[in-house]
Amino acid sequence: MKFGVIIFPGSNCDHDAYHVISKHVGQPVDFIWHRDTNLSSYDAVILPGGFSYGDYLRAGALARFSPVMASVKRFAESGRFVLGICNGFQILCEAGLLPGALIRNRDLHFICDHINVKVETTDTPFTNELKRASVLSIPIAHAEGNYVCDDETHRELVGEDRIVFRYCDERGRVTTESNPNGSRDSIAGICNRARNVLGLMPHPERACEDLLGSADGRDIFRSLAATLAAHA
Amino acid sequence: MKAKVYVTLKAGVLDPQGKAIHHSVGLLGFGGIQDVRQGKYFEISLDGTLAAHEAEEAATKLAREVLSNPVIEDYRVEIEA
Repeated sequence: MKFGVIIFPGSNCDHDAYHVISKHVGQPVDFIWHRDTNLSSYDAVILPGGFSYGDYLRAGALARFSPVMASVKRFAESGRFVLGICNGFQILCEAGLLPGALIRNRDLHFICDHINVKVETTDTPFTNELKRASVLSIPIAHAEGNYVCDDETHRELVGEDRIVFRYCDERGRVTTESNPNGSRDSIAGICNRARNVLGLMPHPERACEDLLGSADGRDIFRSLAATLAAHA
Repeated sequence: MKAKVYVTLKAGVLDPQGKAIHHSVGLLGFGGIQDVRQGKYFEISLDGTLAAHEAEEAATKLAREVLSNPVIEDYRVEIEA
């Protein structure tokens, strides 16, 4: 199994993602420059956090036009796995690989904090090693993490069990107070209909070592590795 | 030839920046301001050899596919000779 971490101009969590895959998942991983278009040797690609193209126009809007993105679209359509973290989630929404959009946080501030998310479904390749309704402590760092979508999309997400993570308090209660950015229905992460593309605003790659305050993010990457191992 | 493109948030999409501006102008004593919605404005220079309808098509395509996000925004295009 092989992982790829895509680097856009302005990505800044690429090394964290690489470190997690190589050290904690223990699998081969490459960096992929955004001008490369050959993804044939990979089983999963990660679109990391950062500020691709300086967040100009809208967060993720210009990265969508990077040459690699047409390949990412085909990669996803072929059933292989795509994980978008923070800016990666914004790019996947702009590219139409996930529905909805991420707009400015309700209270305008850039929020850099440890928050809690509830695992809402384990029926994804990214969460199948987790326990449903368990609470993960994972950091967020964003100014545009306020998830919006229309009513029909929201009905679909709920009906198809595609809301993967919701912001919650430390006891797993989803409340207005535990929603840091105003996201609709406290949505922190969603998957596509085929369930092979996940986007989330929190940074699990920054929560993989106790030294960093939490290792709760590790199981997301390990779930994906377990899925790939089962596929092999 | 110039195209002017206005990108605005769809009605119903929360505009935290507009809200903050509205709040501040209230504090500054501006009266009669009911609401503020923030948007984006683009000036695009187009090839002078294009016919007016071609220029409008080119600018509209750009507005639809790049400058706006259809999930949250609307756009309006004006062509100026």
